[in-house]
Amino acid sequence: MSIAQDTHACLRAVTKVFPAQPGMEPVEAVGPIELDIRRGEFFAIVGPSGCGKSTLLDILAGLTAPTAGEVFFEGKLIQNEVPDGVGVVFQEDASFPWLTVWNNVAFGLRRKGIERAEVEHSVNHALQFMGLTAFAGAHPAQLSGGMRQRVCIARTLVLKPRMILLDEPFGALDQQTRLLMGDELLRLWRSTGATVVLITHAIDEACMLADRVGIMTARPGRFADVLATEWTPDRDSRVVSHERFGKLTGHVWSILREESLRAIGHTQLVGQGGSL
Amino acid sequence: MKPATRVRVLIVLAFFLLLEALCRTDVINNMTMIPPSQMLVALWKMAWSGRLWKEFVSSIRNVAMSFFLAVLFGTLSGALLHQMPRVRRVFDPLLASYYSVPFFALYPLFVVIFGLNDWPLILLGLVFSIVAVIVSTLNGIDRIPRVLLRTSRSFRMKRSSTLTLIILPAIVPQLFTGMKLALAYSFIGVLAGEFILASTGIGHGISFAYDSFDNETMYGLIAFTLILVTLMNMGLLSLERYFLKGRSR
Repeated sequence: MSIAQDTHACLRAVTKVFPAQPGMEPVEAVGPIELDIRRGEFFAIVGPSGCGKSTLLDILAGLTAPTAGEVFFEGKLIQNEVPDGVGVVFQEDASFPWLTVWNNVAFGLRRKGIERAEVEHSVNHALQFMGLTAFAGAHPAQLSGGMRQRVCIARTLVLKPRMILLDEPFGALDQQTRLLMGDELLRLWRSTGATVVLITHAIDEACMLADRVGIMTARPGRFADVLATEWTPDRDSRVVSHERFGKLTGHVWSILREESLRAIGHTQLVGQGGSL
Repeated sequence: MKPATRVRVLIVLAFFLLLEALCRTDVINNMTMIPPSQMLVALWKMAWSGRLWKEFVSSIRNVAMSFFLAVLFGTLSGALLHQMPRVRRVFDPLLASYYSVPFFALYPLFVVIFGLNDWPLILLGLVFSIVAVIVSTLNGIDRIPRVLLRTSRSFRMKRSSTLTLIILPAIVPQLFTGMKLALAYSFIGVLAGEFILASTGIGHGISFAYDSFDNETMYGLIAFTLILVTLMNMGLLSLERYFLKGRSR
């Protein structure tokens, strides 16, 4: 087993099959997948709905064990446990409704038994970074969906993860908020130097944010193509007006369109010039 | 005071004033009911003589015991049942139809088994209230968003800390629902038991006064029961408000 020097996390021949439910066949969710995620890169994964994107992220996070194959993080095998140094942000609102914003963000640090003064410093810094300082004493119920997602990101961020996995974190937000959150994510990525893996169904989001975009096939999900965007690290959401952005999204969609049609069962219509 | 609260208080006051007027003008016969003001006077006399305290202590001790046991074992068995889906599938229909059983019919049986002491009363309150706690505990755990449990795993939390730091705080709203029901049911169970067969307690006091045409004592104790239950519910409600501060969506 060889793992390249700049590889931060990798999947080797990973497949996931969900056992049969009553009256149904077993579901081949993903694989086999080979993937190397480089240290410090921003990697986005797009794919048709139901292609196993989230399953892939669960496997990468150590939340789900693959049926076959191996997952490595920093050269170590992941075995059904989230490795230290990996932070996960979920699609759904995962803020704790019984804690204030401040205590939500402090949650992980306190569990690590870190000194009080240091917890305070880290939490205040994270709140400031995510623009939450004014809401430190509020409960999640008093915040909008976008703000709650920021709380969850801040809660992950304070633990200084070396790899951050985000599972469609902006899926429930409106387009404008999503663009702005994307900018914040880029800012966060630049300032922490962490490896970021973003799962998304939004092609523009993937093409705008990532260094590389992995395009998945319909189920069982595999990588149809991995596309390098070649943006500079200091990019922001304004790249959407760049000429290359159109080409990138066009290329991703040309692959995804076929896969998405396949995913919803229109196999015979693929490549017939859109004669729907 | 909020406008709604003010109106609510006014309605209650108006009701008692109406009752007072109807009793004073003999529209309601005094053999049937004494005016609310006289109920309070009777209550005051009983409090002064020490009788009220005696009945109160006897009842409240059993209610408290029944409530405490219901909350403790109800929460525990709810949590345990949730861990055992197969057992739960067996019990779910029984829990759902539980309150169609008239438990008071069992009271003589409890007396035969445990003797004529406090335990049949406590048990009556307990069998009446525990299932409400079990059901709300199960409901609470069922409603915990899956993402919170995934979050606990992403924080590398052990089962024990997931239980105390995630599951327990997450089900507090449902626990309070269960506790409010358990308090009411414990009261009903214990007082009803005292009505049937007991030598002390508020229920016995009311029943005895009824049999001996002692309207003053009977209505005094009824008024006391209403005041007591109202105060206890208010206490539990403010406790709930304190614990759920800022949580409602």
